[in-house]
Formats: sequence, structure tokens, C-alpha cells
Amino acid sequence: MNRKGLLQSGAFLVWVFVLAVAAPAQQEDAYRGLRAGLIEEIRADVKLTSERIGRARLTDRVLQAMLKVPRHEFVPDRLRPYAYENRPLPIGFGQTISQPYIVAVMTDLMDASEDATVLEVGTGSGYQAAVLAECVKQVYSIEIIEELGREAAERLERLGYRNVEVRTGDGYYGWKEKAPFDAIMVTAAASHIPPPLIEQLKPGGRMIIPIGSAFMTQHLMLVEKDPGSKIKTRQLLPVAFVPLTGGH
Amino acid sequence: MLPHLAVFLISAAALAYEILLMRLLGIIQWHHFASMIISLALLGFGASGTFTALAQKRLLDHFHFSFAAAAVLFSITAPASFAAAQQIPFNPLEILWDSNQFLYLVAVYLILSLPFFFAATCISIRFMHSRQSIHRVYLFDLLGAGFGALGIILLLFLLDPSECLSLICPPGLFAAAMVCLDRKTSRSVKAALILFLAGILIAVLTPFGRTGLRISEYKGLYAALRVPGAEVIRESSSPLGWITVVKSPVIPFRHVPGMSLNCTVEPPEQLGIFIDADSFTPVTRYRGNPGEAAYLDCVSSALPFHLLDRPSVLILGAGGGADVLLALYHQASSIDAVELDPEVVRLVREDFGEFAGHIYASDRVTLHIGEGRGFVAGTHRSYDLIHVSLLDSFHASAAGGFAMSESYLYTVEAFQRCIKRLRPGGFLSITRWLKIPPRDSLKLFATALAALERSGTDRPGLRLALVRSWKTCTLLVKNGEFTPREIEIMRSFCESRSFDTDYFPGITQEEVNRFNVTDEPVIHKGAMALLGPDRLEFMDRYKFNIQPASDDRPYFFHFFKWRVLPEVLSLKGRGGLPLMEWTYPILVMTLVQALAASLILIILPLFFLHSAGGRTSGEVRIGFYFLFLGLAFLFMEIAFIQKFILFLSHPLYAISVVLSSFLVFAGLGSSASGRWSGFLCRRGGWASRSAVGVAVGVIAVLSIAYLALLPSVFEKTMAMSDWAKVPLSMAFIAPLAFFMGMPFPLGLSRVADSAPHFIPWAWGINGCASVLSAVLAALLAIHLGFAMVVGFAVVLYAMAALVFWKPLG
Repeated sequence: MNRKGLLQSGAFLVWVFVLAVAAPAQQEDAYRGLRAGLIEEIRADVKLTSERIGRARLTDRVLQAMLKVPRHEFVPDRLRPYAYENRPLPIGFGQTISQPYIVAVMTDLMDASEDATVLEVGTGSGYQAAVLAECVKQVYSIEIIEELGREAAERLERLGYRNVEVRTGDGYYGWKEKAPFDAIMVTAAASHIPPPLIEQLKPGGRMIIPIGSAFMTQHLMLVEKDPGSKIKTRQLLPVAFVPLTGGH
Repeated sequence: MLPHLAVFLISAAALAYEILLMRLLGIIQWHHFASMIISLALLGFGASGTFTALAQKRLLDHFHFSFAAAAVLFSITAPASFAAAQQIPFNPLEILWDSNQFLYLVAVYLILSLPFFFAATCISIRFMHSRQSIHRVYLFDLLGAGFGALGIILLLFLLDPSECLSLICPPGLFAAAMVCLDRKTSRSVKAALILFLAGILIAVLTPFGRTGLRISEYKGLYAALRVPGAEVIRESSSPLGWITVVKSPVIPFRHVPGMSLNCTVEPPEQLGIFIDADSFTPVTRYRGNPGEAAYLDCVSSALPFHLLDRPSVLILGAGGGADVLLALYHQASSIDAVELDPEVVRLVREDFGEFAGHIYASDRVTLHIGEGRGFVAGTHRSYDLIHVSLLDSFHASAAGGFAMSESYLYTVEAFQRCIKRLRPGGFLSITRWLKIPPRDSLKLFATALAALERSGTDRPGLRLALVRSWKTCTLLVKNGEFTPREIEIMRSFCESRSFDTDYFPGITQEEVNRFNVTDEPVIHKGAMALLGPDRLEFMDRYKFNIQPASDDRPYFFHFFKWRVLPEVLSLKGRGGLPLMEWTYPILVMTLVQALAASLILIILPLFFLHSAGGRTSGEVRIGFYFLFLGLAFLFMEIAFIQKFILFLSHPLYAISVVLSSFLVFAGLGSSASGRWSGFLCRRGGWASRSAVGVAVGVIAVLSIAYLALLPSVFEKTMAMSDWAKVPLSMAFIAPLAFFMGMPFPLGLSRVADSAPHFIPWAWGINGCASVLSAVLAALLAIHLGFAMVVGFAVVLYAMAALVFWKPLG
């Protein structure tokens, strides 16, 4: 069995133990241990992919956030055993909670400072918003599906995230009253990037858009607005994969 | 006669059920998974052989009861299995993440195999019971299948697929009733009456008995309907697809794929047309002022309109009309729009005609209902622009075919034909989604290059251009060389929209990868490599298959290379899985599973037959004979269906006509084989042993002659009307199918004479071979082409004839 396999089966056994006998405090400790294992895995993966995503390691702030946010609170109860596996999980309504590796890379690519204000379009479970909330000053998040938006808002409130505001509705026009934003993340699929979102991005700001379908993030698109408000985009493959073999 | 009719009905219902299941699973899941599930479920045929081989004495002693019971069980399980399978939380998208999905998948196979198991059991029992007239049983089996295939497609024009499901029951019940009547006791006549009445009742109640479909929540329709205020405003169905029109007034659809980030216009109101709950095409509100469509000028497919002045345009795949709007915006002088699905056209023209501004009724627009490739081959008109934008292939599986997504639009021959229909200076423009790392764009480029070279163009590189937005890429092929002015227009078109130029004649390194930056300018480098001397080496080194597709290997969407699989799997944790298209591995997975299951189903009964004292020295030969036949028959059928799809230029009609003709004429061949073998047997000696050999000889000559002659016959008759092309196709298929219907009953009659207890075993092997054959044919066609599939079929038939030569011990 490889390292990851051991980690996963180990994680499962720990979870069984947690559920069966441990007291709440111990439960939290056990989850923290699982999280630490996952973060180590992500750290190693990022190292291998550094060339592609243009950075050798993720910032400590992002790693600390990933270490702190209890992913198990954001997945349906029946899927809690798998919460700390590096894989996407279904959360109902045809939505998924992204692979933690992708969440970490996307958050890092935003390059948002601690004082930043960030807009997220597509709240989903609220996990990404929570990770962002650990890293920046204020997060605004819009969800199109009412039930999801409501649940995510309640969950974030319960977990003590005071710097996240969730609202349900149309993400196309962004959140004009709170604009401009230092960074924007658009996790809801769209055939094109809504012009109002680009408008609400501060000069020097970044927008991240994962492209793909449920369970499959094909690549990431990074939109950069330079200080002169000129737009440039980059297609990033979050994977160390070169389409050509051999030298050319 | 009554039991023969019963076989006819069961066989018709079973084939109809298979096609219907493909439709239903294609709606609730995805087509490629649908064909894998059905392939495996069809092993129910193989399992019935095993079962009847083991229980043959008991089944035969109570023939009428066994047949009727199996027929009734078929009727019950056909709708019930589908309903039960829908309850299993199988999510194909999660299969690589969650090992439980494999268990769910096996459960789905097993449940859906039940109806096929019972249907095949009926036929197997009938073969055993009617040993002296096996050719007649096979006749009715094949006739039934032929009528079933045609019947369900006609029915799908009238009813929703979920409504059709309950109509699968009555034929099964009628079959049971007929067998009961045949027994002629008062109790069985009463039972027959009840079965008849039940069948009629179900048929009458059908319009009220719709099975609810649990559509995967990961399909586009589901997501659209979760949006507040979104509602279905129209629903219709045909064998081409299940169409749902959604209105979303609160949060509107705003479908403009890859719109330039420099454009700030919001698209007008749109309605969403979903086909099979996923494939999306918008209908846009249009009030007759071309200026309303200005937003469409912000996509990469608008480029050719800037290079032409009031062009005459041919649009392939008109769908909801966005491309027609684009052409109207650019004041095209005439627009021929081709759309395959008449239902989509009806919606845009009639139901939502006013909303869509009656665009298809505009003076300059002529709408043609048909398939793109066929239209290009049949028309004598020439155009300034042939425009294909984001058009995927029609899934043959929609009509019950095999879902490797063959496409005759993105082949070298298709490109050649399109270029031929261009006026001097005209453009073929093809737009596809941009994939990272690039696949479609480079394959398009390689295909266009091959087409130009094959047409005798000296410097093809001077006739090509490739640009991309952040989400789409557009290839231009010019009938002539690009002029400096055109290149200048292209540059400024891209510059103003922040689109990238990947290739045009004379492009420099400084002009690539400027706006939508990728790590490496792979598309540019790829295009240059394809134009250079090391094209083959480049295609070999590229990790995706970008070899041009041809009419004989029409697999544009096949990008998979085996050697990349380990790398992709090792990158799973780092988001590497989307690097691959999974259709091909799924096909291989299907084959592996089918092989394993078939081996068990074929070998297992042998032990029981042996222990029951039924050993025969010829059992290995019986096994191989029916294995070869099962493989050969479907190889031939599938390969010729593909050849005729190109000719009849409508996948659905082609499949219906070709499949039904094959089955019906093979049935007639089976019927004639009785007299034929009787005639030869009376002559004795080698004559009696050559029955199969003669049939195989004719099959070989005909099929090879067809491969050689059909292309030129098709070329000459392509422009004929469908009313002439259908009988012509049938005339070609009839003799071939007639002789293909002979070897099976000839072989089975011989088994019936010398080792009758092996009849069900032979039937089971035939069932397993058919499943393997369908998957193998697709794999062989991908690698070697359909001509070779026919070649393999001939070899397999020849081997079967050799096996038949020696009498059974």
C-alpha cells in the first residue's frame, strides 16, 4: 500500500474511533491530526507542481487556514469519514466541495493580503469562503441556490466566522455596494465572465475561475487587472503535466 | 405457429427494450456509461444459456409453463428493473474517487440483466423444444428483433421514453398467452385470456403510466432548474432526443461562450433548450434589429465575418439560432442553416417563433432539416463561408447504437468536401471549446492540413489560421491563400478582443500567447510542428491522439493514448484526472468485464453438462463455432451500419433502416437455410458439409465487393432523395444479410441432431459473443478502421465454416 493509501485507511480508522468512543475535545484533536496529514500531502503535491502554478510553496497563511478550517463540518454527515481525503465530495443540489489541493492552490493564487476584501461567486458549502475568511479581512459570497446559501450562512455563523457575509441571488452583477474587491473567485460555472465582476475588481487585483465540471477541475483561469486597469488572463494547469514527451 | 409468434413477440420486445434503455439511461446519466451498462446487462442472454443448459430437462418437461413464466417475468422485470436501477445511487462521475461506485455499478448491471435473461430464456427453451425446425425459430427471432427495432423508434416519435417503458410489457404477456393457447387445456386457455386482457389493459393505460426519471443532479437541466424562478415551459421527445425548454426570468441564461473580456454588453433574454437534460442551446430574444446581436461579435467564431463582405453562408448545426443571428448581424447575403433535429427547429420557428424574432423565416435564411455532412455532400451550391461552431456529434447511442461518438463531420474527407463547396477566397470556419492542454485545436489543424494536401494543395500552410479566446478556438481554412490585408484584419480583430493568434501565414513568436497566456504556446508550437517535416514525430510525441480522423476511423473525439494513463493516475491527488477523456478507457473496461463474465458463463455449464453425462467430443468445436459466428455477425452489422450512416446522412434513419434490414433479411436467410441444408444433405458427402462454407463464401465476396464498390456508388447516388436512398440501401443489405442468416441455424440444427443438450449452451455463447463483438468492433474501428472490422468478420466466418466442415462426433 502506498503512503497515501495508508494515510487514507488510517484516516478512516481514526474516524471510526472518533465517532465511537471519543469525547468532543478528543474528536477535535483527531480531526486536527487528519487535517495535518492532508496538509502535508498538499504541501508535497504543490512542490511537485511548482513550475506550473508559478510558486514553489504555498504561503503559510493559506496552509494555516487549511489546517484550521474543519472540512468535516462542510460535508454531509455520511461523508464525514472522507472529509480529509484529498478528493471532491458531493454536497447535494448537484454541487461539490472541491478537492482540498485545488482549494489551497486557488486561495494561494489570489495573492490577497490580510487586509483584503474578497468576493466569492458560488458559495456552495461555504468551505472555500471559510478558508478565505482565515486569510483575509472580509469575504462576501453569493450563492444562486437558496437552500445552499442559507445552509452555508448558518454553518459559517455557527463556526464563528464573523467576517463572511453570504447572500443568495444572481452573481452576475457582483456585490456593487461592497465593491471594489482585491480579489474575486468565481466557482460557479459560466459560459463567459460577467463584465460587472471585472469592473468590481480593483486595479492590481486578481480573479480566479476554476474551469471544468463537478468532480473535475480541468484548469484554472487567472484574470489579472494591472494598475492601469488592463486585463490579462492566464490559463494554469494545476498539474505537473507536459503535453509533449522528450525534447523539442 | 403460436409458439413461433410468441418468439417473435418476445424478441421484438427485448430489442425494443434494449434501444429504449439506451435512451432512458442516456437521459438520466451519460451516453457512454449507458452503453457500458447495457452491454453488460445484455450478458443476461449469456446467463440464460447457462441456466437453460443446467435446467433443460425440467424446462422442457414443462415447456409451455416455462416459456409462459419466463415471458411474464420478462414483462414484469422490464419496467421494474429500470425503476429499481434508478434507486441505486450510482454516480459515474465519482467512480474514480469512490470505490463504492463499483458496487453500485455491478448492482445496476445485475438488475438490468434480468429482463434480457428472461427473454433469452424463452427463446432458448423454444430452440430446445423445436429441434427439427430451428431455422424457423431463428427466423421468427430475427424478424421479431427487426420489427422491435423499427417499432420502438416509431413509437419514440409518438411517446416519451418513460411512457414507452410500460408498452414493453404487453408483447411479453401476449407471448405468454399464445404459448398457453398452444397447450389447449381449459386451464391454459383461461390463463391465456387473463394474460391477453392484462396486456391490453396495460397498453390502454400506458399514456397515464409514466415512469418518473431520476436525472443525475450533475446534468445541466438539473442545475438550471435549481435557479429560483426557473421553470420548464415546453417538453417534447423524439428518438433524436428529449427536449426541455427552460425559462429563467429571475436569473437569466446568458450564454455567450468565450465572450471577450473587453465586451461589456449583456446578452438579451434567452430561453434554454436542453437535449437529453444536458446538451444546451439557447434561443435568444430578437426583435428584428440586427444590432441586438452585437454581443455575438465578441466571440472567436465571429472572425470570418470580418474577412468577408456580405457573404453567402452555410451554417452546420443551427440549433437555437445563435449563429444565424451572428450572420444576420454581419448582413450575410444568404444563409443556409442546417439542423438535424426537426423538433428544435419547430420550437424556434413555431412555439417560440415570436420570441426568436422568426429568424428562420427571414428572407435571407433557408432552413434545411438534415445532417451537416450529408447536406454538404448533396448540395451543388457554393458558399463564401461554411460555419461550424461548437457542434458535437450526434450520439448514435441516442438511437440505440454504440456510443463511441463517431462523427463524420470532423474527418479529412468531410473537410475536403467542405473546401470543395467554397467559392474562391471563401472560408471553412470551425470553432471548438478550448482544452488545456490543447487537443481539439491541434487535431482540427492536422485534419485540415491533411485535407488540403489530399486535395493537391501545394502550400497548405498559407491557407490556414488558428485563433483563440479564453474558452474557444477557431480554425479558418481558406479556399486560396491568405492575403496581407486579411492577416491585418485578423490581427486587429484579435487585438481589440484580447484574443490570441496561434497561427497564420508568416506569424512571428512575438505575436503569440499575449492575452490569454499559457505556460508554453503549445498550440502555436504544435501548429508549426505539424506544418514542418517532423509532423509524424510530433504527433507521436504528443500525449494526446491528434492524428486526423477519417471516414473509416471517424473518431475525432478520441484523444486517449495508453502511455499517458499511468501518469494521469499518478497525478490524481493534484487534480490530474481531467487530463483524459474517459470514453475509451470505459470501452476497454466494458470489454474486460464482459470477457470475464462471458468466460464464466461459457465454462460453467460445461461441468454440469459433463456430470449429467452429456459429454460430446465436439463440444470445443461447438463452442468455437458459435463464438466465431456471434462475433462475425455483429462485426459485419456494425461496420455496415457505419458505412450507411454516411450514405443515408442521418444517423437515426440509417440505424433504423440498416439494423432492421439486417435482422429481417437474415431471418429470411435462416428460413431458406432449412431447405438449403435439406437439399445438400440429400446429396450427402462433402455437399452436406459445405452448407456453411457456401454461405460464408457468398458473404465474403459480397462484403469485400461492397467495401470496394460502395464508396463510388455512394458518390454517384448521394444527391438522390431519401425515398430513393432507403430502398437502394436495403437492396445492398438484403443479399448480404440473407446469407449471414444461414450459418447460425445450420450449426444449431447440427447440434440438435447430434448433441441436443448443447443447444442452450450454444445459444448462450452466441449471446456472450454478441456483447463482446459490439465492444470489440468499436475498439477495432478506433485503431484499424471499419474496413478492417469487415475483414475480421470475413476471417471469423471462414473459421466457422472450417469448424463446420468436420461432422460432430
